[in-house]
Amino acid sequence: MKVLQYVRQWKSAAKEVVGHSILLAQFLSLLHVTDTYIFSSTLVYGPSMLPTLNFTGDVLLVEKLSPFLGKVGPGDVVLVRSPENPRKTITKRIMGVEGDTVTFLVDPGHSDRSHSLVVRMWMMVPKGHVWIQGDNIYASRDSRHLGPIPYGLILGKVFFRVWPPQDFGPLGQWD
Amino acid sequence: MTTPNFLWSLAKKYFTAGLIGLTISDRYASFMAVRGSSMSPTLNPDSKNSTGFVFDDYVLVEKLCLEKYKFSRGDIVVFRSPSNYKEKNVKRIVALPGDRIGLPSVDTVRVPEGHCWVVGDNAACSMDSRSLGPIPLGLICGRITHVVWPPQRIGKVDSKISMLPCVHVSEEQT
Repeated sequence: MKVLQYVRQWKSAAKEVVGHSILLAQFLSLLHVTDTYIFSSTLVYGPSMLPTLNFTGDVLLVEKLSPFLGKVGPGDVVLVRSPENPRKTITKRIMGVEGDTVTFLVDPGHSDRSHSLVVRMWMMVPKGHVWIQGDNIYASRDSRHLGPIPYGLILGKVFFRVWPPQDFGPLGQWD
Repeated sequence: MTTPNFLWSLAKKYFTAGLIGLTISDRYASFMAVRGSSMSPTLNPDSKNSTGFVFDDYVLVEKLCLEKYKFSRGDIVVFRSPSNYKEKNVKRIVALPGDRIGLPSVDTVRVPEGHCWVVGDNAACSMDSRSLGPIPLGLICGRITHVVWPPQRIGKVDSKISMLPCVHVSEEQT
């Protein structure tokens, strides 16, 4: 009799534990799916996008659906997994997609001052790649050094700025 | 009266299962079919059997390695093709950042930081780093650890670098 009672008690406790863990798994999964497929927030800092994004750090909302559907085009600010270090992400602007011809200054900081010669190059973006560049061409490590970036490295499109509060609002294509 | 309620609970159940399944396949492990003969001795050893049907190998893809992007030479990885992001390729890593690759056509290539050199086991018909160049590690989306189908070939996939005649790898001295 006592054993039966014990078993019944244990059963209800187990049921409760299973129910709670399923609820927790559900919640975490929802969080993960929202984060990877719909949108997420990210903190970016550094000088490379200076006129558009601040040096000290901006909190941006990044939308993950457009790269998945192939709807990212020239002018969009995107979050890209760095080709040099896969654990890092960088924020840059797309200047050209596959088939486009892009022109760029190789080293504007040097060519303006010490040499009178401005080294201007042009390049055709190969299939499945994009050309990314920072808005601040003097302090940005981008496609001018790394070459065209495979489209598969694009993680998301930046569409909204949350922080700092005075810049709160949507982030357009070109400001 | 009970039908909408029943449908609603069924939909909820499927939605939950899908959500959890997607999370597991994204973060921990998933299954996928391997097509083509570019990894031939290891995966898909005979692309066509006597009846003419093509049987694909199903493999277990482990995703935990993506937390730190730590790979070793000889790992078989799944990565998005650099020329088409919708396509996924399966190849073997033969060299990591800093290694030097000796090729017959070019002298030596140094694998740049954050990239790897991938080669198919069936060197004769494989589109790999010999034509694509080094692959960014960020494109990798999993490591193949086991074959799960067909039943006679269930087992672990060995991660040894096969002796490829055309590739000579000299590891970085650390």
